[in-house]
Amino acid sequence: MAEKSHGTKGTGAHTEADGGHGGFPPFESSTFASQLVSLVIAFVALYVIVSRIALPRVESVIDARQNAIEGDLAAAQKFKDESDAALKAYETELASARTRAQAIGNETREKLNAAAEAERKSLEDQLTAKLAAAEKQIATTRQTAMSNVRGIAADAAGAIVQRLTGVLPDSKAVGSAVDASLKG
Amino acid sequence: MKIDPIHQFNIEPLFTIGHIGNHTIAFTNSTLYMFIAVAVISLLMIGGMARGQLVPGRMQSIAEISYEFVASTIRSTAGSEGMKFFPLIFSLFMFICISNLIGIVPYTFTVSSHIIVTAALAFLVFFTVLIYGIYKNGLKFFKIFVPSGVPGYILPLVMFIEILSFFLRPVSHSVRLFANMLAGHIALKVFAGFVAMLGVSLGALGWFGGMLPLALTVALTALELLVAFLQAYVFAILTCIYLNDAIHPGH
Repeated sequence: MAEKSHGTKGTGAHTEADGGHGGFPPFESSTFASQLVSLVIAFVALYVIVSRIALPRVESVIDARQNAIEGDLAAAQKFKDESDAALKAYETELASARTRAQAIGNETREKLNAAAEAERKSLEDQLTAKLAAAEKQIATTRQTAMSNVRGIAADAAGAIVQRLTGVLPDSKAVGSAVDASLKG
Repeated sequence: MKIDPIHQFNIEPLFTIGHIGNHTIAFTNSTLYMFIAVAVISLLMIGGMARGQLVPGRMQSIAEISYEFVASTIRSTAGSEGMKFFPLIFSLFMFICISNLIGIVPYTFTVSSHIIVTAALAFLVFFTVLIYGIYKNGLKFFKIFVPSGVPGYILPLVMFIEILSFFLRPVSHSVRLFANMLAGHIALKVFAGFVAMLGVSLGALGWFGGMLPLALTVALTALELLVAFLQAYVFAILTCIYLNDAIHPGH
Protein backbone atom coordinates (compact mmCIF):
# COMPACT_ATOMS: atom_id res chain seq x y z
CA MET A 1 0.00 0.00 0.00
CA ALA A 2 2.83 2.33 -0.74
CA GLU A 3 0.88 4.63 -2.95
CA LYS A 4 2.62 7.89 -2.49
CA SER A 5 0.73 11.08 -2.71
CA HIS A 6 2.45 14.00 -4.25
CA GLY A 7 2.89 16.25 -1.34
CA THR A 8 3.35 19.29 -3.52
CA LYS A 9 -0.22 20.30 -3.96
CA GLY A 10 -2.33 20.18 -0.90
CA THR A 11 -0.26 21.37 2.01
CA GLY A 12 -2.52 21.28 4.98
CA ALA A 13 -5.62 22.33 3.12
CA HIS A 14 -8.74 20.49 2.11
CA THR A 15 -8.86 22.18 -1.22
CA GLU A 16 -12.13 22.84 -2.98
CA ALA A 17 -14.10 20.43 -0.94
CA ASP A 18 -17.24 22.51 -1.15
CA GLY A 19 -18.27 23.17 -4.70
CA GLY A 20 -17.03 20.26 -6.69
CA HIS A 21 -16.05 22.63 -9.47
CA GLY A 22 -12.38 22.01 -8.98
CA GLY A 23 -10.51 18.90 -9.95
CA PHE A 24 -11.81 15.41 -10.31
CA PRO A 25 -12.23 14.27 -6.68
CA PRO A 26 -10.73 10.77 -7.07
CA PHE A 27 -7.53 12.35 -8.40
CA GLU A 28 -7.38 15.05 -5.73
CA SER A 29 -4.08 14.05 -4.18
CA SER A 30 -4.55 16.22 -1.13
CA THR A 31 -7.20 13.82 0.11
CA PHE A 32 -5.05 10.72 -0.34
CA ALA A 33 -3.35 10.79 3.02
CA SER A 34 -6.62 11.06 4.92
CA GLN A 35 -8.15 8.25 2.94
CA LEU A 36 -5.14 6.01 3.35
CA VAL A 37 -5.04 6.53 7.08
CA SER A 38 -8.80 5.91 7.32
CA LEU A 39 -8.53 2.84 5.19
CA VAL A 40 -5.67 1.40 7.23
CA ILE A 41 -7.57 1.95 10.46
CA ALA A 42 -10.84 0.62 9.10
CA PHE A 43 -9.35 -2.36 7.32
CA VAL A 44 -7.10 -3.42 10.16
CA ALA A 45 -10.06 -3.16 12.53
CA LEU A 46 -12.16 -5.21 10.13
CA TYR A 47 -9.40 -7.79 9.72
CA VAL A 48 -9.00 -8.19 13.46
CA ILE A 49 -12.74 -8.43 14.03
CA VAL A 50 -13.16 -10.90 11.19
CA SER A 51 -10.20 -13.13 11.97
CA ARG A 52 -10.50 -13.10 15.77
CA ILE A 53 -14.21 -13.01 16.40
CA ALA A 54 -16.46 -13.40 13.39
CA LEU A 55 -14.96 -16.26 11.41
CA PRO A 56 -14.14 -18.54 14.37
CA ARG A 57 -17.71 -18.08 15.58
CA VAL A 58 -19.22 -18.94 12.21
CA GLU A 59 -16.87 -21.88 11.95
CA SER A 60 -17.82 -23.22 15.36
CA VAL A 61 -21.52 -22.93 14.55
CA ILE A 62 -21.06 -24.69 11.22
CA ASP A 63 -18.95 -27.39 12.88
CA ALA A 64 -21.54 -27.83 15.59
CA ARG A 65 -24.22 -28.22 12.96
CA GLN A 66 -22.08 -30.71 11.04
CA ASN A 67 -21.52 -32.71 14.22
CA ALA A 68 -25.20 -32.59 15.07
CA ILE A 69 -26.15 -33.81 11.62
CA GLU A 70 -23.57 -36.58 11.74
CA GLY A 71 -24.64 -37.57 15.24
CA ASP A 72 -28.29 -37.63 14.23
CA LEU A 73 -27.49 -39.70 11.17
CA ALA A 74 -25.49 -42.14 13.27
CA ALA A 75 -28.31 -42.38 15.80
CA ALA A 76 -30.81 -42.90 12.98
CA GLN A 77 -28.58 -45.64 11.56
CA LYS A 78 -28.37 -47.24 14.98
CA PHE A 79 -32.13 -47.19 15.37
CA LYS A 80 -32.54 -48.59 11.90
CA ASP A 81 -30.12 -51.41 12.70
CA GLU A 82 -31.99 -52.10 15.90
CA SER A 83 -35.31 -52.23 14.15
CA ASP A 84 -33.84 -54.45 11.47
CA ALA A 85 -32.53 -56.80 14.13
CA ALA A 86 -35.89 -56.78 15.88
CA LEU A 87 -37.61 -57.55 12.62
CA LYS A 88 -35.22 -60.40 11.98
CA ALA A 89 -35.74 -61.80 15.47
CA TYR A 90 -39.48 -61.52 15.02
CA GLU A 91 -39.28 -63.34 11.73
CA THR A 92 -37.16 -66.19 13.07
CA GLU A 93 -39.46 -66.41 16.08
CA LEU A 94 -42.43 -66.55 13.79
CA ALA A 95 -40.82 -69.20 11.61
CA SER A 96 -39.90 -71.39 14.59
CA ALA A 97 -43.37 -70.94 16.04
CA ARG A 98 -44.83 -71.97 12.74
CA THR A 99 -42.71 -75.14 12.53
CA ARG A 100 -43.56 -75.93 16.14
CA ALA A 101 -47.22 -75.47 15.44
CA GLN A 102 -46.90 -77.72 12.44
CA ALA A 103 -45.11 -80.36 14.49
CA ILE A 104 -47.76 -80.24 17.17
CA GLY A 105 -50.46 -80.51 14.53
CA ASN A 106 -48.79 -83.48 12.91
CA GLU A 107 -48.29 -85.20 16.20
CA THR A 108 -51.88 -84.66 17.24
CA ARG A 109 -53.12 -85.82 13.91
CA GLU A 110 -51.04 -89.00 14.13
CA LYS A 111 -52.16 -89.67 17.67
CA LEU A 112 -55.78 -89.19 16.75
CA ASN A 113 -55.34 -91.33 13.67
CA ALA A 114 -53.77 -94.10 15.74
CA ALA A 115 -56.53 -93.92 18.33
CA ALA A 116 -59.19 -94.00 15.66
CA GLU A 117 -57.46 -96.88 13.96
CA ALA A 118 -57.28 -98.84 17.25
CA GLU A 119 -60.91 -98.17 17.99
CA ARG A 120 -61.88 -99.17 14.53
CA LYS A 121 -59.90 -102.35 14.84
CA SER A 122 -61.41 -103.33 18.18
CA LEU A 123 -64.84 -102.50 16.86
CA GLU A 124 -64.15 -104.62 13.80
CA ASP A 125 -62.92 -107.48 15.92
CA GLN A 126 -66.00 -107.25 18.05
CA LEU A 127 -68.19 -107.19 15.00
CA THR A 128 -66.34 -110.14 13.48
CA ALA A 129 -66.79 -112.07 16.68
CA LYS A 130 -70.47 -111.19 16.76
CA LEU A 131 -70.77 -112.14 13.12
CA ALA A 132 -69.10 -115.48 13.73
CA ALA A 133 -71.39 -116.18 16.68
CA ALA A 134 -74.42 -115.25 14.63
CA GLU A 135 -73.29 -117.48 11.78
CA LYS A 136 -72.77 -120.28 14.17
CA GLN A 137 -76.26 -119.78 15.58
CA ILE A 138 -77.71 -119.72 12.09
CA ALA A 139 -75.92 -122.96 11.29
CA THR A 140 -77.21 -124.68 14.41
CA THR A 141 -80.69 -123.32 13.89
CA ARG A 142 -80.61 -124.53 10.34
CA GLN A 143 -79.36 -127.90 11.47
CA THR A 144 -82.18 -128.26 13.95
CA ALA A 145 -84.62 -126.98 11.38
CA MET A 146 -83.30 -129.50 8.86
CA SER A 147 -83.59 -132.35 11.31
CA ASN A 148 -87.11 -131.24 12.13
CA VAL A 149 -87.90 -131.14 8.42
CA ARG A 150 -87.05 -134.85 8.12
CA GLY A 151 -89.31 -135.75 11.00
CA ILE A 152 -92.14 -133.69 9.58
CA ALA A 153 -91.53 -135.09 6.11
CA ALA A 154 -91.53 -138.64 7.40
CA ASP A 155 -94.70 -138.05 9.39
CA ALA A 156 -96.29 -136.38 6.44
CA ALA A 157 -95.17 -139.17 4.10
CA GLY A 158 -96.48 -141.80 6.56
CA ALA A 159 -99.75 -139.95 6.85
CA ILE A 160 -100.10 -139.60 3.07
CA VAL A 161 -99.33 -143.28 2.46
CA GLN A 162 -101.86 -144.36 5.12
CA ARG A 163 -104.50 -142.18 3.56
CA LEU A 164 -103.79 -143.52 0.13
CA THR A 165 -103.31 -147.12 0.98
CA GLY A 166 -104.94 -147.41 4.27
CA VAL A 167 -101.96 -149.21 5.57
CA LEU A 168 -99.58 -147.65 8.01
CA PRO A 169 -96.22 -148.02 6.38
CA ASP A 170 -93.15 -149.11 8.09
CA SER A 171 -91.62 -146.11 9.68
CA LYS A 172 -88.16 -147.31 8.76
CA ALA A 173 -88.96 -147.56 5.13
CA VAL A 174 -90.55 -144.13 5.16
CA GLY A 175 -87.53 -142.73 6.93
CA SER A 176 -85.12 -144.11 4.33
CA ALA A 177 -87.33 -142.93 1.51
CA VAL A 178 -87.44 -139.45 2.98
CA ASP A 179 -83.70 -139.49 3.43
CA ALA A 180 -83.24 -140.55 -0.17
CA SER A 181 -85.57 -137.85 -1.37
CA LEU A 182 -83.85 -135.23 0.80
CA LYS A 183 -80.52 -136.25 -0.56
CA GLY A 184 -81.71 -136.33 -4.11
CA MET B 1 -30.86 23.18 -12.58
CA LYS B 2 -27.44 21.83 -13.26
CA ILE B 3 -26.39 18.21 -13.14
CA ASP B 4 -23.11 17.74 -11.34
CA PRO B 5 -22.39 14.00 -11.47
CA ILE B 6 -18.95 14.47 -9.94
CA HIS B 7 -20.14 16.12 -6.77
CA GLN B 8 -20.99 12.80 -5.16
CA PHE B 9 -17.31 11.83 -5.15
CA ASN B 10 -16.16 14.84 -3.17
CA ILE B 11 -14.17 14.14 -0.08
CA GLU B 12 -15.50 16.38 2.65
CA PRO B 13 -13.45 16.62 5.82
CA LEU B 14 -15.68 16.49 8.86
CA PHE B 15 -12.91 17.36 11.30
CA THR B 16 -9.15 17.30 11.36
CA ILE B 17 -7.38 14.63 13.32
CA GLY B 18 -3.78 15.64 12.89
CA HIS B 19 -0.88 16.05 10.53
CA ILE B 20 1.69 13.66 9.11
CA GLY B 21 4.44 15.67 7.51
CA ASN B 22 2.72 18.03 5.17
CA HIS B 23 -0.45 16.05 5.01
CA THR B 24 -3.55 16.85 6.95
CA ILE B 25 -5.24 13.78 8.26
CA ALA B 26 -8.93 14.46 8.46
CA PHE B 27 -11.93 12.45 9.44
CA THR B 28 -13.78 12.66 6.13
CA ASN B 29 -17.04 11.38 4.75
CA SER B 30 -14.99 8.56 3.22
CA THR B 31 -13.69 7.65 6.69
CA LEU B 32 -17.23 7.67 7.99
CA TYR B 33 -18.46 5.30 5.30
CA MET B 34 -15.48 2.99 5.78
CA PHE B 35 -16.33 2.76 9.46
CA ILE B 36 -19.99 2.27 8.64
CA ALA B 37 -19.06 -0.63 6.35
CA VAL B 38 -16.90 -2.17 9.09
CA ALA B 39 -19.74 -1.70 11.58
CA VAL B 40 -22.29 -3.27 9.24
CA ILE B 41 -20.03 -6.26 8.57
CA SER B 42 -19.36 -6.72 12.28
CA LEU B 43 -23.05 -6.46 13.04
CA LEU B 44 -23.88 -8.97 10.34
CA MET B 45 -21.18 -11.45 11.20
CA ILE B 46 -21.22 -11.17 14.98
CA GLY B 47 -24.79 -10.05 15.61
CA GLY B 48 -26.11 -12.54 13.08
CA MET B 49 -24.20 -15.40 14.65
CA ALA B 50 -24.90 -14.29 18.22
CA ARG B 51 -27.43 -17.01 18.88
CA GLY B 52 -25.56 -19.56 16.79
CA GLN B 53 -28.64 -21.63 16.14
CA LEU B 54 -28.52 -25.06 14.63
CA VAL B 55 -31.23 -24.00 12.21
CA PRO B 56 -30.20 -20.50 11.16
CA GLY B 57 -32.48 -17.50 10.98
CA ARG B 58 -32.26 -14.79 8.33
CA MET B 59 -29.25 -12.87 9.60
CA GLN B 60 -27.39 -16.01 10.52
CA SER B 61 -28.10 -17.42 7.06
CA ILE B 62 -26.60 -14.35 5.42
CA ALA B 63 -23.53 -14.57 7.63
CA GLU B 64 -23.10 -18.27 6.96
CA ILE B 65 -23.72 -17.89 3.24
CA SER B 66 -21.04 -15.19 2.99
CA TYR B 67 -18.67 -17.42 4.91
CA GLU B 68 -19.37 -20.45 2.73
CA PHE B 69 -19.30 -18.37 -0.45
CA VAL B 70 -15.85 -16.93 0.21
CA ALA B 71 -14.55 -20.24 1.53
CA SER B 72 -15.68 -22.16 -1.54
CA THR B 73 -14.25 -19.45 -3.82
CA ILE B 74 -10.87 -19.85 -2.16
CA ARG B 75 -10.98 -23.63 -2.20
CA SER B 76 -11.87 -23.76 -5.89
CA THR B 77 -9.20 -21.30 -7.01
CA ALA B 78 -6.31 -21.57 -4.57
CA GLY B 79 -6.92 -24.98 -3.04
CA SER B 80 -7.21 -25.78 0.64
CA GLU B 81 -3.82 -24.19 1.33
CA GLY B 82 -5.38 -20.90 0.31
CA MET B 83 -7.56 -21.09 3.42
CA LYS B 84 -4.62 -19.55 5.27
CA PHE B 85 -5.66 -16.29 3.65
CA PHE B 86 -9.33 -16.75 4.39
CA PRO B 87 -9.59 -13.85 6.88
CA LEU B 88 -7.84 -11.51 4.43
CA ILE B 89 -9.95 -12.45 1.44
CA PHE B 90 -13.10 -12.47 3.51
CA SER B 91 -12.29 -8.99 4.82
CA LEU B 92 -11.55 -7.72 1.31
CA PHE B 93 -14.69 -9.21 -0.17
CA MET B 94 -17.01 -8.08 2.59
CA PHE B 95 -15.46 -4.61 2.82
CA ILE B 96 -15.79 -3.96 -0.90
CA CYS B 97 -19.18 -5.62 -1.22
CA ILE B 98 -20.78 -3.88 1.75
CA SER B 99 -19.30 -0.46 1.01
CA ASN B 100 -20.43 -0.78 -2.63
CA LEU B 101 -23.93 -1.76 -1.56
CA ILE B 102 -24.12 1.12 0.91
CA GLY B 103 -22.91 3.41 -1.87
CA ILE B 104 -25.99 2.66 -3.97
CA VAL B 105 -28.24 4.29 -1.39
CA PRO B 106 -28.84 7.88 -2.57
CA TYR B 107 -26.83 10.63 -0.84
CA THR B 108 -24.26 8.19 0.45
CA PHE B 109 -20.60 8.02 -0.42
CA THR B 110 -18.98 5.11 -2.26
CA VAL B 111 -15.62 4.31 -0.70
CA SER B 112 -14.34 2.29 -3.63
CA SER B 113 -15.01 5.06 -6.15
CA HIS B 114 -11.64 6.50 -5.17
CA ILE B 115 -8.57 5.13 -6.89
CA ILE B 116 -6.44 5.61 -3.79
CA VAL B 117 -8.60 3.18 -1.81
CA THR B 118 -8.75 0.50 -4.48
CA ALA B 119 -5.03 0.94 -5.19
CA ALA B 120 -4.20 0.52 -1.52
CA LEU B 121 -6.22 -2.69 -1.40
CA ALA B 122 -4.67 -3.93 -4.65
CA PHE B 123 -1.17 -3.23 -3.38
CA LEU B 124 -1.99 -4.97 -0.14
CA VAL B 125 -2.79 -8.06 -2.22
CA PHE B 126 0.23 -7.54 -4.47
CA PHE B 127 2.70 -7.34 -1.63
CA THR B 128 1.04 -10.19 0.21
CA VAL B 129 1.52 -12.35 -2.87
CA LEU B 130 5.09 -11.18 -3.41
CA ILE B 131 6.23 -11.52 0.20
CA TYR B 132 4.42 -14.77 0.92
CA GLY B 133 5.54 -16.24 -2.41
CA ILE B 134 9.20 -15.52 -1.74
CA TYR B 135 8.92 -16.51 1.92
CA LYS B 136 7.33 -19.85 1.09
CA ASN B 137 9.10 -20.81 -2.14
CA GLY B 138 12.33 -18.82 -2.05
CA LEU B 139 13.74 -18.27 -5.51
CA LYS B 140 11.42 -20.90 -6.93
CA PHE B 141 8.71 -18.26 -6.71
CA PHE B 142 10.17 -16.59 -9.80
CA LYS B 143 9.22 -19.66 -11.78
CA ILE B 144 5.88 -17.96 -12.31
CA PHE B 145 7.67 -15.81 -14.86
CA VAL B 146 8.99 -18.84 -16.73
CA PRO B 147 6.10 -20.91 -18.05
CA SER B 148 7.09 -24.52 -18.66
CA GLY B 149 6.98 -25.94 -22.15
CA VAL B 150 7.89 -22.73 -23.95
CA PRO B 151 10.57 -23.04 -26.65
CA GLY B 152 13.87 -21.37 -25.73
CA TYR B 153 13.94 -18.83 -28.49
CA ILE B 154 10.71 -17.10 -27.47
CA LEU B 155 11.28 -17.54 -23.74
CA PRO B 156 12.76 -14.03 -23.26
CA LEU B 157 9.71 -12.50 -24.88
CA VAL B 158 7.31 -14.61 -22.81
CA MET B 159 9.24 -13.78 -19.66
CA PHE B 160 9.10 -10.12 -20.46
CA ILE B 161 5.33 -10.30 -20.92
CA GLU B 162 4.89 -12.35 -17.76
CA ILE B 163 6.93 -9.94 -15.67
CA LEU B 164 5.15 -6.96 -17.13
CA SER B 165 1.74 -8.48 -16.50
CA PHE B 166 2.76 -9.39 -12.96
CA PHE B 167 3.69 -5.82 -12.14
CA LEU B 168 0.63 -4.45 -13.89
CA ARG B 169 -1.63 -6.63 -11.75
CA PRO B 170 -2.19 -4.05 -9.01
CA VAL B 171 -3.05 -1.49 -11.67
CA SER B 172 -5.69 -3.60 -13.41
CA HIS B 173 -6.84 -4.96 -10.08
CA SER B 174 -7.50 -1.50 -8.66
CA VAL B 175 -8.62 0.35 -11.77
CA ARG B 176 -11.24 -2.29 -12.57
CA LEU B 177 -13.03 -1.76 -9.28
CA PHE B 178 -12.53 1.98 -9.19
CA ALA B 179 -13.69 2.56 -12.77
CA ASN B 180 -16.73 0.35 -12.42
CA MET B 181 -17.95 2.10 -9.33
CA LEU B 182 -17.14 5.55 -10.69
CA ALA B 183 -18.80 5.00 -14.06
CA GLY B 184 -21.84 3.36 -12.58
CA HIS B 185 -22.45 6.17 -10.14
CA ILE B 186 -21.91 8.85 -12.77
CA ALA B 187 -24.39 7.15 -15.09
CA LEU B 188 -26.92 6.83 -12.29
CA LYS B 189 -26.51 10.47 -11.38
CA VAL B 190 -26.80 11.66 -14.97
CA PHE B 191 -30.00 9.76 -15.65
CA ALA B 192 -31.51 10.67 -12.31
CA GLY B 193 -30.57 14.31 -13.08
CA PHE B 194 -32.48 14.11 -16.36
CA VAL B 195 -35.65 13.23 -14.49
CA ALA B 196 -35.42 16.31 -12.28
CA MET B 197 -34.32 18.55 -15.14
CA LEU B 198 -37.20 17.54 -17.39
CA GLY B 199 -39.72 17.82 -14.59
CA VAL B 200 -38.62 21.32 -13.63
CA SER B 201 -38.10 22.84 -17.05
CA LEU B 202 -40.88 21.40 -19.18
CA GLY B 203 -43.79 21.22 -16.77
CA ALA B 204 -46.45 18.61 -17.53
CA LEU B 205 -44.71 17.49 -20.69
CA GLY B 206 -41.53 17.12 -18.71
CA TRP B 207 -43.31 14.95 -16.18
CA PHE B 208 -44.27 12.68 -19.02
CA GLY B 209 -40.86 12.86 -20.64
CA GLY B 210 -39.16 12.17 -17.36
CA MET B 211 -40.60 8.70 -17.26
CA LEU B 212 -37.99 7.30 -19.63
CA PRO B 213 -34.91 8.39 -17.66
CA LEU B 214 -36.72 7.38 -14.47
CA ALA B 215 -37.20 3.88 -15.82
CA LEU B 216 -33.57 3.86 -16.87
CA THR B 217 -32.51 4.99 -13.42
CA VAL B 218 -34.44 2.12 -11.85
CA ALA B 219 -32.88 -0.33 -14.28
CA LEU B 220 -29.42 1.13 -13.69
CA THR B 221 -29.88 0.86 -9.94
CA ALA B 222 -30.62 -2.82 -10.36
CA LEU B 223 -27.56 -3.15 -12.56
CA GLU B 224 -25.46 -1.30 -10.01
CA LEU B 225 -26.62 -3.71 -7.32
CA LEU B 226 -25.29 -6.51 -9.48
CA VAL B 227 -22.07 -4.63 -10.24
CA ALA B 228 -21.53 -3.83 -6.56
CA PHE B 229 -21.58 -7.50 -5.70
CA LEU B 230 -19.84 -8.64 -8.85
CA GLN B 231 -16.89 -6.29 -8.52
CA ALA B 232 -16.36 -7.39 -4.94
CA TYR B 233 -16.45 -10.98 -6.14
CA VAL B 234 -14.06 -10.23 -9.01
CA PHE B 235 -11.67 -8.51 -6.63
CA ALA B 236 -11.81 -11.46 -4.26
CA ILE B 237 -11.42 -14.12 -6.93
CA LEU B 238 -8.48 -12.29 -8.54
CA THR B 239 -6.91 -12.11 -5.11
CA CYS B 240 -7.35 -15.88 -4.84
CA ILE B 241 -5.81 -16.43 -8.26
CA TYR B 242 -2.83 -14.22 -7.45
CA LEU B 243 -2.38 -15.95 -4.10
CA ASN B 244 -2.53 -19.28 -5.90
CA ASP B 245 0.61 -18.18 -7.75
CA ALA B 246 2.32 -17.57 -4.44
CA ILE B 247 1.21 -20.93 -3.06
CA HIS B 248 1.85 -23.05 -6.16
CA PRO B 249 4.30 -21.12 -8.34
CA GLY B 250 5.33 -24.02 -10.56
CA HIS B 251 1.96 -24.97 -12.02
